[in-house]
Amino acid sequence: MAIIERPAPTASILLRAPVTPSQSMGIVRRPVTSTGWKSWVFTVDHKKIGIMYGVFAMFFFIVGGVEALLIRLQLATPDGKILSADLYNQMFTMHATTMIFLFAMPMAAAFANYFLPLQLGARDVAFPRLNALGLWLLVAGGLILNASWFLGGAADGGWFMYSPNSGPVFSPSNGVDFWTLGVQIAGFGSLIGSINLIVTILNMRAPGMTLMKMPVFCWMILVVQFLLVFSLPVITVALVLLTFQRSFGATFFDVAQGADPLLWQHLFWIFGHPEVYVLILPAFGIISEVLPTFSRKPLFGYPFVVFSGASIGLVGFGVWSHHMFATGLGPISVAAFSIATMAIAIPTGVKIFNWTLTMWGGKIWYSTAMKFAIGLIVLFTIGGLSGVTHAVAPSDTQQTDTYYIVAHFHYVLFGGMVFGLFSGFYYWWPKVFGKMLNEKLGGWNFWLMVIGMNMTFGPMHILGLQGQPRRMYVWTEARAGEGLFNFGFWNRVSSLGSLILAIGVLLFLINVVHTTRKGKPAPLDPWDARTLEWITTSPPKEHNFDRIPVVHHLDDFFHRKYQEDATTGTMVQIATGEQLVRDEEANADAHIHLPSPSYWPIAIAIGVGTLGMGVVYGVPIMIVGVLIILGSSFGFVLEPSVADDIDYDPPMSGGQETKELAPLG
Amino acid sequence: MDDVAVLANHDTGHDTGHGHSTSTGLSNNKMAMWLFLGSECLLFGGLISTYMLYRGRITQGPRPSQIFDIPFTSVSSFVLLMSSLTMVLAVTSAQRKDNERTKLWLTITALLGATFVGGQVYEFTAFYNEGLGFTTNLFSSSFYTLTGFHGVHVTIGVIMLLSLRGVISANKDTGDRAEVVELIGLYWHFVDIVWIIIFTLVYLIPA
Repeated sequence: MAIIERPAPTASILLRAPVTPSQSMGIVRRPVTSTGWKSWVFTVDHKKIGIMYGVFAMFFFIVGGVEALLIRLQLATPDGKILSADLYNQMFTMHATTMIFLFAMPMAAAFANYFLPLQLGARDVAFPRLNALGLWLLVAGGLILNASWFLGGAADGGWFMYSPNSGPVFSPSNGVDFWTLGVQIAGFGSLIGSINLIVTILNMRAPGMTLMKMPVFCWMILVVQFLLVFSLPVITVALVLLTFQRSFGATFFDVAQGADPLLWQHLFWIFGHPEVYVLILPAFGIISEVLPTFSRKPLFGYPFVVFSGASIGLVGFGVWSHHMFATGLGPISVAAFSIATMAIAIPTGVKIFNWTLTMWGGKIWYSTAMKFAIGLIVLFTIGGLSGVTHAVAPSDTQQTDTYYIVAHFHYVLFGGMVFGLFSGFYYWWPKVFGKMLNEKLGGWNFWLMVIGMNMTFGPMHILGLQGQPRRMYVWTEARAGEGLFNFGFWNRVSSLGSLILAIGVLLFLINVVHTTRKGKPAPLDPWDARTLEWITTSPPKEHNFDRIPVVHHLDDFFHRKYQEDATTGTMVQIATGEQLVRDEEANADAHIHLPSPSYWPIAIAIGVGTLGMGVVYGVPIMIVGVLIILGSSFGFVLEPSVADDIDYDPPMSGGQETKELAPLG
Repeated sequence: MDDVAVLANHDTGHDTGHGHSTSTGLSNNKMAMWLFLGSECLLFGGLISTYMLYRGRITQGPRPSQIFDIPFTSVSSFVLLMSSLTMVLAVTSAQRKDNERTKLWLTITALLGATFVGGQVYEFTAFYNEGLGFTTNLFSSSFYTLTGFHGVHVTIGVIMLLSLRGVISANKDTGDRAEVVELIGLYWHFVDIVWIIIFTLVYLIPA
């Protein structure tokens, strides 16, 4: 309880800089700066950490996008010369790895970090320093993954890194080593983050917020974190085995010794399939907030949406082998996994129906956020339907390793997840930055992305069914086929589509720059929203809420603004969002306790990164890494949680509960 | 190392909960520890599965039946299991706020754990000298990886126990002391239970 700040009575008075009295390990003072880079690097504020996750993810969205464009450029012409076969392998491996581990998961983490405490009515997450540690481990992992480009070539085994193809014989460069270590380290960060978020959701809800009064976004994030907690250790094992094989000569994937190549595939997909739901469920959560707000109706069948999300998570653990139908598992396994996979379509379908019925009869406001949400419903359904065709094992055997698979997962991941995230950008931008994204540019952004995405990934269905292999780096005119099913024609359409898609994404970035420079200040409640994050200023104060809200309803903010008229049965507005926020400010809590910034999370992450590099570059570097980790772990543990007596004003004497710090300065 | 980190954060739960009870009534730290241990189950699940797949695949080098010294490993397993008893005694002492006994039992637990690790080092050396290297065959790679991972967990536990003892001596600990001891106890018991499974599957059931 190291920072204790006095909340300002009105918003016009700037808050005093938070005071951090406690020392680390009795020697170093904790970092107290509230401006400049130090206030970001050492922060434990979930909002700053959320923004940093977002910036990191957006950067790698662009990196991964450029990699994708290079792939499409290579395939735009017959006998493409842009990339060599080897570079092409590295490109699609790193495109997928970057998009999944360095864009999609961090962007979902950005939303979760920023909005969970706000939606739950809490002032921070349960373990603020672990939160920072998760972020910095991700950064370390991302840097190691991409360092491989400059240190002898990136990984080239596909994002699933099947063995024995990923072994030292077939992948002699250090690329795969960097890949395993980078993913491992980012995975540690993710594991720590997921434990933290589960505890936050279960333990830090505002008074009155039962689980079934919790926003759907929080529910979906909860399901995702459970998926991560139980699937990340399995990929950890797989990565450890591969690292030991490559760096220390272990035999796990050495077929000459009698190794089983399916071991890697099982371990990978036991993680890899839940991971798919890790990617999509946050987007489902986001649009479950957006659709009711812009339809001016409560979410249709809230418990069904919640429990179908949970059952997607549960069943999602029992379907991994559908990625391995072509490996000869035997008819019983194939049948069981095939049926389980089809079963997942049921809760997913329930959600689609609920979202559609939420819009049904509503007064729909076609804002950009809403357009993206509707886009998700349509495009995800297309991807879901092609997904059901994979669940049918005989049909899947035909589709395995063709572009049909590429078409399917880009519809669910781009059309589903990315559209959900963009919906979230437009919906929550005013909350995070206090300015409205331009809706006109937003419209262009949306339509170019819809057209580009369908042009890019739609033709891949045809290409795949025609038999174009998934990782083919070049095609020739002579063997491209005739007429409507000409490979060349559809590859060109797809490459053209990817350019349009890129322009659509570029418009978003232009919109961000435009808004930051000239954007209108956002009203406190621009969308007539429903959940607790809107009952505070935009952007929220460092302590989130002046007064911890007491929750009585699902969509409590909405029910504070509207009440049912007993005679007509309609909802009548009794207060505006602005009034409610002012009311909270007027009744601010007297003493607000926030966690203190800390050096140790980033120090531990540096240690872990050094240890990772040591695995490639030798034991001395590993030892340095271990020493940094040990030292900073002790710093982490010994950091006092409670302010020293002398830091209080007046000095603390036993038994008193409410104390304030001496003002800074 | 994350184990240490998870434990360390008993403080911040107080920060943001500022003294109020949590929504579920369970403390943040304890819930986090249980989740972490749940995750660890899958980690050892993966390692044990790998071992079970590869236990009989021996193309060269000695067979396990030729080198395993069951009486020796049984004794070191007994030592490890007894450390769970002393850990429980440390937790109850901490709950009774008896610092001296807490420190004593923590030290004994750490010593028992260190004895187990020492036994493992001795055993690994003996196996290596008899021709079973890490890279010899599939069995050896998966055997050393599984038991080695467990050994590292015990070692981290010993470091945590001794650090905790030092911190209590210096009176530098933060938060609820009895809870910190209990959290490390949870981790310690988990590591012991995993060893029961590993010992049975690796040593007692013939390949």
